[in-house]
Amino acid sequence: MSELISLTAAETAAKISAGEVSAREVAQAHLDRIGAVDDRIQAFLRVDTAGALKAADAVDQAKAKGEQLGPLAGVPLALKDVVVTNGLETTSGSKILSGWIPPYDATITTRMREAGIVILGKTNMDEFAMGSSTENSAFATTHNPWDLDRTPGGSSGGSSAAVASYEAPLAIGTDTGGSIRQPAAVTGIVGHKPTYGSVSRYGLIAFSSSLDQAGPFGRTVLDAALLHEVIAGHDPCDSTSLDVPVAPVVAAAREGANGDLAGLTVGIVRELGGEGYESGVTAAFTDAAQRLEAMGAKVVEVSCPHFGYALAAYYLIAPSEASSNLARFDSVRYGLRVGDDGARSLEEVMSLTREAGFGPEVKRRIMIGTYALSSGYYDAYYGQAQKVRTLISRDFADAFQTCDVLISPATPTVAFRLGERVDDPMAMYAADLCTLPASLAGVPAISVPCGLSAGLPVGLQVMAPALADDRCYRVAAAVEASYGAPLIASAPAL
Amino acid sequence: MTTTLPPFDDVVARFEPVIGLETHVELGTRTKMFCGCMTDFGSEPNTQICPVCLGLPGSLPVANKAAIEATIRIGLALNCSIASWCRFARKNYFYPDMPKDYQISQYDEPLCFEGYLDITSEGQSYRIGIERVHLEEDTGKTLHVGGATGRIHGATHSLVDYNRAGIPLVEIVTKPVPGIGAKAPEVAKAYVTELRNLVRGLGVSDVRMEQGSLRCDVNTALNLPGADWGTRTETKNVNSLRSVERAVRSEMIRQASVLDGGGRIVQETRHFHEDTGVTTSGRSKEEATDYRYFPEPDLVPLAPDASWVEELRATLPETPSVRRGRLQEAWGVSDHDMDSIANAGAVELIVATIEAGASSEAARKWWLGELARRANETGTELDALPITPAQVAAVAALVDAGRVNDKLARQVLEGVLAGEGDPEAVVVSRGLEVVSDTGALGAAVDEAIAANPDVAQKIREGKVAAAGALVGAVMKTTRGQADAKVVRDLILERLS
Repeated sequence: MSELISLTAAETAAKISAGEVSAREVAQAHLDRIGAVDDRIQAFLRVDTAGALKAADAVDQAKAKGEQLGPLAGVPLALKDVVVTNGLETTSGSKILSGWIPPYDATITTRMREAGIVILGKTNMDEFAMGSSTENSAFATTHNPWDLDRTPGGSSGGSSAAVASYEAPLAIGTDTGGSIRQPAAVTGIVGHKPTYGSVSRYGLIAFSSSLDQAGPFGRTVLDAALLHEVIAGHDPCDSTSLDVPVAPVVAAAREGANGDLAGLTVGIVRELGGEGYESGVTAAFTDAAQRLEAMGAKVVEVSCPHFGYALAAYYLIAPSEASSNLARFDSVRYGLRVGDDGARSLEEVMSLTREAGFGPEVKRRIMIGTYALSSGYYDAYYGQAQKVRTLISRDFADAFQTCDVLISPATPTVAFRLGERVDDPMAMYAADLCTLPASLAGVPAISVPCGLSAGLPVGLQVMAPALADDRCYRVAAAVEASYGAPLIASAPAL
Repeated sequence: MTTTLPPFDDVVARFEPVIGLETHVELGTRTKMFCGCMTDFGSEPNTQICPVCLGLPGSLPVANKAAIEATIRIGLALNCSIASWCRFARKNYFYPDMPKDYQISQYDEPLCFEGYLDITSEGQSYRIGIERVHLEEDTGKTLHVGGATGRIHGATHSLVDYNRAGIPLVEIVTKPVPGIGAKAPEVAKAYVTELRNLVRGLGVSDVRMEQGSLRCDVNTALNLPGADWGTRTETKNVNSLRSVERAVRSEMIRQASVLDGGGRIVQETRHFHEDTGVTTSGRSKEEATDYRYFPEPDLVPLAPDASWVEELRATLPETPSVRRGRLQEAWGVSDHDMDSIANAGAVELIVATIEAGASSEAARKWWLGELARRANETGTELDALPITPAQVAAVAALVDAGRVNDKLARQVLEGVLAGEGDPEAVVVSRGLEVVSDTGALGAAVDEAIAANPDVAQKIREGKVAAAGALVGAVMKTTRGQADAKVVRDLILERLS
């Protein structure tokens, strides 16, 4: 394995900035790595070799002209295929968008390009981000580098697998109910879901508008924080984007690495643990809590009585919004068109296209959402789910009266085997049990590796009040530091 | 249907109508509702589009503040309450001219609600309740190609122009209007007319029905006296003020005919046909889509604060009805006369004539008298006559100065309308000035006395009133140009 690919993003940027290595060499090393291992991992749906080298050359030219480079200039990144890229096919993992070349960049794409980040390509995902294993992709099954028979999580499984297999030091995922944190946890890397509204959604192909949030993956907490600061911040193109200063997450990651958590109160959420959680996960979690205490934090138990309803509420709200967001895939303006033989009506062509273009999980959620929004059922389903959402937010508010952060396992189990849950939607949905409350409340949450269970990584979830993303990074960095080196270093070689 | 339709008089003798109007006003904002695209009418198809108004994957709407302002101003002008907090909602249905297959609209939380508009029709005042005023986005336009009529039936393919998609649209919904009987068609027309004038006065839309920037759906229902309200139908494609009136009338007659035949009215959408003046069935509500409204998660709630609303209230011009009330008081005319003035379309002409120096009496007299008669004769509107308020004021000034009398003034007006120039020029070219020189008139007076010895005798005997006949004779010989007062003085002087 080339030394260049094992560096952290921070180290890579420093070397490029110091002139020790060119951005092109770094990009090429990662493209080579992808060439060497991606047939086994299948993290990428498409690799943009030309685009990546061109972006790297631009960084090298800027450096040659003596321009000041940004903190991640020249660092390669794997971009989830839900994020729109001008001129580069974007499918959201769906056959219905196969071949669609967007005419514009997402706001976060623009910000990353401007920061000199080198986009290597687009990563695999569950279709329209609906799933927890990336097996719902219309195009490929992605494998977990810790055990190729297991899932890298989902829906951002291509991005998590790319980072965990050293194909890229950084990746972008999106998290609607856990789609960054759960893949990060099961691949032994760091993934953060920012406060809702702190990262622009403009150019993210919408799954559930009130929940979707893009965020960073990295092999270290600091790397994730550096990427967070590039993508976060107010965007006038997104009405739900918050016009507030970005939380100082890089500083927090550096501070947390000192391992001093004196004065911090950490709440263990009683409802996110116990029965149904793998013993190895519970053991790793308990160990992590003890580490926090050892670093000076006060660890208490708190109750969030409505968290038990999060799964039910989520699986009404997200499909309801999705049923509307996915209506536009009707064959008229872009994407797949099936059955347009001149004899069929527009309605028939729309139906045939959607029948052929959407996979089973997407259809299931469109059906559920359409039903939940229907006249006569709205109050009982969508309306009720929104009330539960409010109650969950209140649980958080109450808990944050006494605690600075809340912790839980990021997932109830380690990475499950591919194929194990594909025929059992409820078992698949249970993978998001721990991550759903923070999504519904819009609060930030991070997953950081906290040990292994039977040789597979376990993630610790750290949740903080809205806009206090820096607390997540501080605590995560402290946990990371307590292990001496990132756990990903103990992953088996590919 | 083979049954003969009942006459309208018969319909209103036996049934009571309830009407309601839903009016869409396309706002004249520079840019679209949720993106920065321009809104110019008549541009090349699909040239005013972007990822947002095309609904491309990943794009997001951002609400146009100018459109929200315009909507609040319309709401305030319609005496509505303005919501302190409200949301946009998604109305979900599949249609190719709707890029996202949902329309961003408002549902149970409109921006403006509970208002009214006062109107007058044929001398009668009505207060039309306003249920709600809300903001939404327009759809694109579909053009069906290959068929005979431009309709979808028989077309070989369809083209969609998304230039209109996302243009801000304000929907104004009245409360049901019962109790207007035979006046229903006229009231409907008067409401839309007044609403158009009000929106135009606010300067937020050009409200042109022929271009579709003002669109009207007419709800009509009939019931027997004393019975519950009937089932309503919604008539679309009503594209002119005259059609509003015709559509209500035609739909009342059709419904009466159905009820007479023992049928029931189906709640449905109907289309008005300008050429035949009848409505035909569109889609029935019973098979209608469930729109699955829910709050639009891509947009933050609207929360116009009270001080902003008050700032906007301060920008409101006088409403047409308030303005009429104020002018009526200033001019000292009766309700009936004011209605006549308004119905004649003379309010603003009279105002301008007064501003040009005429008295209100003179301005009203000329516009409602001679000029109204001329307009009527030629079948044009008053404001289409080739004469300006300033010219009318100049004629009034000639009368006040005694340079022409009323009869001559009518000739001056005739000259102006005939394109002979300003009143002064007409007076000169036609030689219309009053003659008041006693020397010049003396001969004519003597002549009149000589020609009417009987009348002269009566005056000598003290019957001064008889002088009128001699004045008339003098006027006749001088072709109306004599100053009548001077003539009368001369006659009395000679015969006393």
